[in-house]
Amino acid sequence: MREVLEAIDRWKGRGEQVALATVVKVIGSAPRDVGAKMAVSSGGEMAGSVSGGCVEGAVFEIAQEVLRTGRPRLVRFGISDEMAWDVGLACGGTIEVFVEPLP
Amino acid sequence: MNWFERVREAIRKEEPIALATVIRGPEAWLGAKWVIEPDGDGWGNVHPELDRRVRELAHRYLTIGHSGTVLLPSPEGEIEIYIETYVPAPRLIIVGGTHIGIALTSIAKILSWRVYLVDPRRTFATPERFPHVDRLIHAWPDEALPDLITPQTAVAVLTHDPKLDDPAVIAALQSPAFYVGALGSRKTSARRLERLRRKGIPEEVLARLHAPIGLDIGARTPEEIALSIMAEIVAEQSRLRQAARAAVPEEARL
Repeated sequence: MREVLEAIDRWKGRGEQVALATVVKVIGSAPRDVGAKMAVSSGGEMAGSVSGGCVEGAVFEIAQEVLRTGRPRLVRFGISDEMAWDVGLACGGTIEVFVEPLP
Repeated sequence: MNWFERVREAIRKEEPIALATVIRGPEAWLGAKWVIEPDGDGWGNVHPELDRRVRELAHRYLTIGHSGTVLLPSPEGEIEIYIETYVPAPRLIIVGGTHIGIALTSIAKILSWRVYLVDPRRTFATPERFPHVDRLIHAWPDEALPDLITPQTAVAVLTHDPKLDDPAVIAALQSPAFYVGALGSRKTSARRLERLRRKGIPEEVLARLHAPIGLDIGARTPEEIALSIMAEIVAEQSRLRQAARAAVPEEARL
């Protein structure tokens, strides 16, 4: 959380909405551990990361949707995954990311 | 104050805190939060029985600094909860403002540790030599250490002078510090152990001492020795984390 606090404060200071994505589960090996965070602003900025860069784009899109609907979402990413997301983690792990709007 | 403001405040003040979130379950509960303070107190109301279980588990996770998910039964069916704990940055206390200490400070700061330097000799422990330390403490180690050491503290004793080293090692070994290491060759370390035994320090306490300090990576320069020390500290931290995790009951480890 520490690494995204400064950006969140800056965005909130400008009156923007913020969504927070957190790695809540890691199956196999993944670049970032449980607790890794990425914050996204309604103005389209991002800070932090939830992987080695491979799923950040998709998480950014989901974060924008979460900001629009106000409803949190749990998303799973991984090579063996059958979801529509065409993103695989380079090291073959699976991660679950929880994306929620900040109060 | 909402949950985010409380967590932000705890992080800023370096206070431990736990946050629990419903990540799978009925739509109405998704994203519901509990905040749990180190004394087990906190807030968050979803369902009385569930509140009690979550607080209990989060408190246990907080004690060992573990984050992860748990499955819990609820009147609405099984729900999954993510518990995240925030514990203050671990602390490294270096005793002795030596060249190895300078390199060790740099490495520890890269790893986001809080670094304190203790040395009564003002010529060694100067802000010019140690621009990166969080605190410079000009005091005798046996006086300074007890107030500085927490269970998340590692102590590296590096003065090479028994007058300073011995009291530092004794104070650190009798503290809750999770790691205590002292610089010196095998011969120096053996002689130190003999001195400490004569002072009546029990064998089980002496067994906690890492000496010669550092992993055996064939280190030669002060910088390499500092690397071997930090590697040993991180290895010890991981070993203890694994052990603490294994001690959490099976049902809470889902």
